[in-house]
Amino acid sequence: MDNLIALLIAAPLLGAALLLCGGRRLDGAGHWVATVLAFVSFLFGTVLFADMLGKAADDRTVQQQLFSWIPVEGFQADVAFQLDQLSMTFVLLITGVGSLIHLYSVGYMEHDERRRRFFGYLNLFLAAMLLLVLADNYLLLYVGWEGVGLASYLLIGFWQHKPSAATAAKKAFLVNRVGDMGLSIAVMLMFTTFGTFAFTPVLESTGETSEAMLTAIGLLLLLAACGKSAQVPLQSWLGDAMEGPTPVSALIHAATMVTAGVYLIVRSGAIFNAAPDAQLAVVVVGAVTLLFGAIIGCAKDDIKKALAGSTMSQIGYMVLAAGLGPIGYAFAIMHLVTHGFFKAGLFLGAGSVMHGMNDEVDMRKYGGLRKYLPITFVTFGLGYLAIIGVPPFSGFFSKDKIIEAAFAQEGARAWIFGGIALLGAGITAFYMTRVMLMTFFGKQRWQPDAEGEEPHPHEAPRTMTIPMILLAVGSVGAGAFFSIGDRFVNWLAPVTEFEHPHPVISVPVITASTIAVLLVGAALAYAMYGTRPVPVTAPRGSLLTRAARRDLLQDDFNHVVLVRGGEHLTRSLVYVDHTLVDGVVNGTAAGFGGLSGRLRKLQNGYARTYAVSMFGGAAVLIAATLLMRAV
Amino acid sequence: MNPVNYLYLAALLFTIGAAGVLIRRNAIVVFMSVELMLNACNLSLVTFSRMHGNLDGQIVAFFTMVVAAAEVVVGLAIIVSLFRSRHSASVDDASLMKL
Repeated sequence: MDNLIALLIAAPLLGAALLLCGGRRLDGAGHWVATVLAFVSFLFGTVLFADMLGKAADDRTVQQQLFSWIPVEGFQADVAFQLDQLSMTFVLLITGVGSLIHLYSVGYMEHDERRRRFFGYLNLFLAAMLLLVLADNYLLLYVGWEGVGLASYLLIGFWQHKPSAATAAKKAFLVNRVGDMGLSIAVMLMFTTFGTFAFTPVLESTGETSEAMLTAIGLLLLLAACGKSAQVPLQSWLGDAMEGPTPVSALIHAATMVTAGVYLIVRSGAIFNAAPDAQLAVVVVGAVTLLFGAIIGCAKDDIKKALAGSTMSQIGYMVLAAGLGPIGYAFAIMHLVTHGFFKAGLFLGAGSVMHGMNDEVDMRKYGGLRKYLPITFVTFGLGYLAIIGVPPFSGFFSKDKIIEAAFAQEGARAWIFGGIALLGAGITAFYMTRVMLMTFFGKQRWQPDAEGEEPHPHEAPRTMTIPMILLAVGSVGAGAFFSIGDRFVNWLAPVTEFEHPHPVISVPVITASTIAVLLVGAALAYAMYGTRPVPVTAPRGSLLTRAARRDLLQDDFNHVVLVRGGEHLTRSLVYVDHTLVDGVVNGTAAGFGGLSGRLRKLQNGYARTYAVSMFGGAAVLIAATLLMRAV
Repeated sequence: MNPVNYLYLAALLFTIGAAGVLIRRNAIVVFMSVELMLNACNLSLVTFSRMHGNLDGQIVAFFTMVVAAAEVVVGLAIIVSLFRSRHSASVDDASLMKL
């Protein structure tokens, strides 16, 4: 049974190897091979899940050592897996949503000539992501971490003939690299502090370590999480990552990879619990990103970028919850799972709309699509209700819990973080209602595409609609299913610990105000986009709108501070190099050159000069010998 | 007669030879001065041999003569070929050994 853990990863890895090395022969059937292998992996996951359910709650962790990777005296790196409730949750989410998106891609990428390669990359991503969540030590986790980064890079730049896609891929890779540096330094610090980087010994010996060291490790892990999960200040890549094909945005940049940061924080919970300063930093990052992403989502006209802003904001919620300690870990993961369902569903819906509208992404050129895309409309609508948190859809349960946990803090923190989480819920309702209204309601604002072809919106093929329907089912039911009898919390409690939050205001009041805030947000959006016609070209907008359209000036900030700053730094370094370092080196060389130029004049070619020096030398030698004798 | 006087003579001859090498321009004269220095050495060797009462110095003097004969052969050949190519026996004219 335990060997299944390795097979879980091996299945998609085999698919990737076959498709990427198999050549043109697999062009015809490659996508089905990949899809079947993804489903096989899901099947293994379900079997392991059933096996796990059969065990007692605190005896569910399975560890399996596959082989010893780097066995050196004092340094033991193993390829070993740890399957507990937390990784099981991720395995089911990754393989489940992953399989559905493979199926969806069969329809979506039907006309792409490089489809085989696309599926190879998707399988590679699945394998790397599974490795990330199944590793039993930080080093192997790092391998998976880099693996998903690579897959993400390849898939964002999949349409590399578009310069924008190639640039976006490069940007994602570079920004992620900053976070990866954090993770690698954290792993090194762990090794020097604990002498190992396996989860169990590291997390169990946090009590004996100085808080300063734990804070440093925690902050570095947070940096890593910021990079992978697109949190402020490393958030700038996610919006551009939407250049990739839509299934990629759904799988990697909404449901799974971007949540790896949350996994990392929850997995390292013991470190953060022992380092309150690092924990506070996590909460602050989550709260800032939550608003940041939501504000960007409000201003974007590109449907995928609006959803990307929303992803950023929802992950902000998860990070916020993960920073709250044992009261929040389980809720962070619960929101992560429900978000995996509804956000993947929303992205697949967006892909379906683009499929029907000649790949148009500007929502101002949509409008009135609900009659033409009924299935997409219904599934997207259910995802919409889930994300804004309308009871009893799944987002309501998970987000409401996070807001409650945010209110369960000491002193002013409760009001600040609780207030931000509550405000975020209102903004979420606003921007999602805006997306909904601009896409499916109102007048038709369709424009001919670049080749002058009028769009003829049509429902997507069945391979695309079935995943959307299944994900919509998850968006509707998952939250309630998880929450009845605190099922999900009890399931995760042995791994992440759990404390009941005690909010500063009573739970029904929080729930009521959450619903009130989201109704206000939705009503505001309806007043702005439902009652008035939407102009095809975007109006100039207020200062905030214009800033939000430019992703709240994140790129300008990066350009001014990092790019310019970096340029200045390198320029001054070059100056120092040229003047000081080169000055010393060249000066020495010039000094010796001048000296030897003078000495050269001694060699005048006259035999008598040489004879004089010979005689002189002999005389000196004799004189010295005599002198030494005398002494 | 005091053998030290022979040493004074040898030193005198050596100095004259050395001065000749350094001062004179004509290659033949320089050459002759070199021979003078060699023979000054021979003289001192023989003197020392006499003073110490063994024959080592005299044997070395024979060696010096043989080497000097060989040197003359090579040296004169060089001077002759120099004279042929430059029509001059001045050592200052052959000053190509410089940068």
